[in-house]
Amino acid sequence: MKQTRAVEMGAGLFVLLGFGALFFLITQTTGMSNEIGNKGYTITARFENVGDLKVRAPVTISGVTIGRVTRIAYDPERMNAVVEMIIAKQYEQLPADSEAAILTAGLIGGQYIGLTPGGSEEWLEQGSQIEFTQSAVVLENLIGKFLSSVGGTN
Amino acid sequence: MKDWLYEIRDAIKAFVRTVGELTLFFFSIAMYTPRTLVKRPGLVVKQVFNSGTMSMTIILTCGLFVGMVLGLQGFDTLQRFGAEEALGTFATLSLVKELGPVLTALLFAGRAGTALASEIGLMRATDQLAAMEMMAVDPVRRIVIPRFLGGVVAMPFLTAIFNMIAIFGAFLVGVTFMGVDQGAFWSQMHANVTVADVSQGVIKSLVFGVVASLLAVYQGYTSVPTAEGVGRATTRTVVTTAITVLILDYLLTATLIG
Amino acid sequence: MKKNCSENIVEIRDVVFSRDEKPIFDGLNITIPRGKITAVMGPSGTGKTTLLRLITGQLTPDKGHICVEGQDVAAMSRQQLFAMRRNMGMLFQNGALLTDLDVFENVAFPLREHTDLPEKLIRHIVLTKLHAVGLRGTWRMMPSELSGGMARRVALARSMAMDPEIIIYDEPLAGLDPISMGVILRLIKRLNDALGITSIVVSHDVQEIGSIADCSYLMADGKVVASGAPDELRKDGNPIVQQFMAGMAEGPVPFHYPGPDYEEQLLGKVVE
Repeated sequence: MKQTRAVEMGAGLFVLLGFGALFFLITQTTGMSNEIGNKGYTITARFENVGDLKVRAPVTISGVTIGRVTRIAYDPERMNAVVEMIIAKQYEQLPADSEAAILTAGLIGGQYIGLTPGGSEEWLEQGSQIEFTQSAVVLENLIGKFLSSVGGTN
Repeated sequence: MKDWLYEIRDAIKAFVRTVGELTLFFFSIAMYTPRTLVKRPGLVVKQVFNSGTMSMTIILTCGLFVGMVLGLQGFDTLQRFGAEEALGTFATLSLVKELGPVLTALLFAGRAGTALASEIGLMRATDQLAAMEMMAVDPVRRIVIPRFLGGVVAMPFLTAIFNMIAIFGAFLVGVTFMGVDQGAFWSQMHANVTVADVSQGVIKSLVFGVVASLLAVYQGYTSVPTAEGVGRATTRTVVTTAITVLILDYLLTATLIG
Repeated sequence: MKKNCSENIVEIRDVVFSRDEKPIFDGLNITIPRGKITAVMGPSGTGKTTLLRLITGQLTPDKGHICVEGQDVAAMSRQQLFAMRRNMGMLFQNGALLTDLDVFENVAFPLREHTDLPEKLIRHIVLTKLHAVGLRGTWRMMPSELSGGMARRVALARSMAMDPEIIIYDEPLAGLDPISMGVILRLIKRLNDALGITSIVVSHDVQEIGSIADCSYLMADGKVVASGAPDELRKDGNPIVQQFMAGMAEGPVPFHYPGPDYEEQLLGKVVE
């Protein structure tokens, strides 16, 4: 019977260690999706062009990530894109007239939403929509602009 | 000329029959699994110990060194693009999504799979299985199912432990030896590794666990009851598990990513 | 098809069986009387072990019937088969003890698997059975620590654990020293008489088994060639029986396996 006890201990330890490893992998190696979860409020913004923006892309203000993009959809009535994002609950004092821009991380990195605070005394809350937006910069347009400006100088 | 055509046809027929046998075998195992878990959990626990705890040595050692090599190779390659800080991401993604499940499955086949196959094969060769049948005890329920379940339970945990120690190994080499910034190692990892990635790996390890355990007990159970037969069953366990796992890996990856 | 046989606990009628296209039995008829020791003997390769597998239902005959307690084995469902086997004990040639359990657990195995008896009762039964075979002192040892004879006695204790009505012995004396042989023989006889069970012994130890068997069958070429009490067999005129009982090298069973002519092969005239 002693042998069985040792065997059970060994198996139990192994399983505990295994769970611990799984827990470690899930919590310690990933990070982002657990910070916000469902504790936050959802706001929307409309863009002419969302470029390469993906769901789960970060939403930042002053470079600090405060939220995530949760949904990107096209509105056929108003002919633009609607982006839903969830903002962490602790950041409840965002001015209602803040601007949302789709920026690119690094030169060829992924795209994200950067918020620039406005001056309003009212805050964004659940369901608010950001009025001022700046669409993603499309490379072709940029090149076109550059070429036309160069041509203009000539 | 025609001879090898016939041989191919026979080989294909034999293969199809084996797949059929395997499937039926799997179903008979699956049918009695719940009852075994409820009535004889002690048997399963013992097998979790045999397949899991006893594999720890090889898993920890190989995991550590695989992680260290990843750290080294990763650093060397990323350095060429000035992206050493991405080492954490690189190592974790490679391990969690691919290397962890696949390597653990292969190591499992080599250590636990062969043990299962040879143990069951030897039981058949020494008439122990026949004796059990004679005593009206179903050897599948008493011997095969606990071993199968032990393997299935052990695999995901072994994979997680492998991944964990391998990441540590990469950290050891990358940060401690090669000078990658500790903060960058973890933060970049956090930024780029998602729960979806981890769960992909867990799904793979579960599937591989079922496959490896099933093949091992099958080879043992259907082995020819001679010394040569048991030996062949053991080697066949490793070979078939390796091939099946790698093929499944591609299919699973394509499904999970695509 | 149900057949009623009350005098005979096992009846084998006109059984035809072949394996891999090799005919093994061709019209085999054997009746095993209740409560007696029946010996089944024959030269090597006549399929004695196959016969046992047919009786226990592990194999099915191509033709003919095997009835145990009046029921055709081949017609039994899995449940019935298992029920029948619970009433049968079988002693395998090499004992076939489970190597990962100790002696006590091995003997307790059938009890644990088939009954819900309390631990105390199981202990009682196991120790009694071990005592009957004289090995109560080995109860904590592992099968690997036992000698061949001892392992076989433990296996005997195990086959008795469920108090079966039939015990089948597959070559119980093979490879034993004279002392162990005597011990096993005595046990077989004593158990049979004391417990009123039926014993079927497959063996080719003519003298030894002959000393305890009530009735013997001699098989050759897939049929029974002689049957009766051991003394009758010794007086039987059939040359096969004579050769077997006396242990002669030459007779109907030839010494030389068929092959090319000796002189020609030595002189290299035969294509290798």
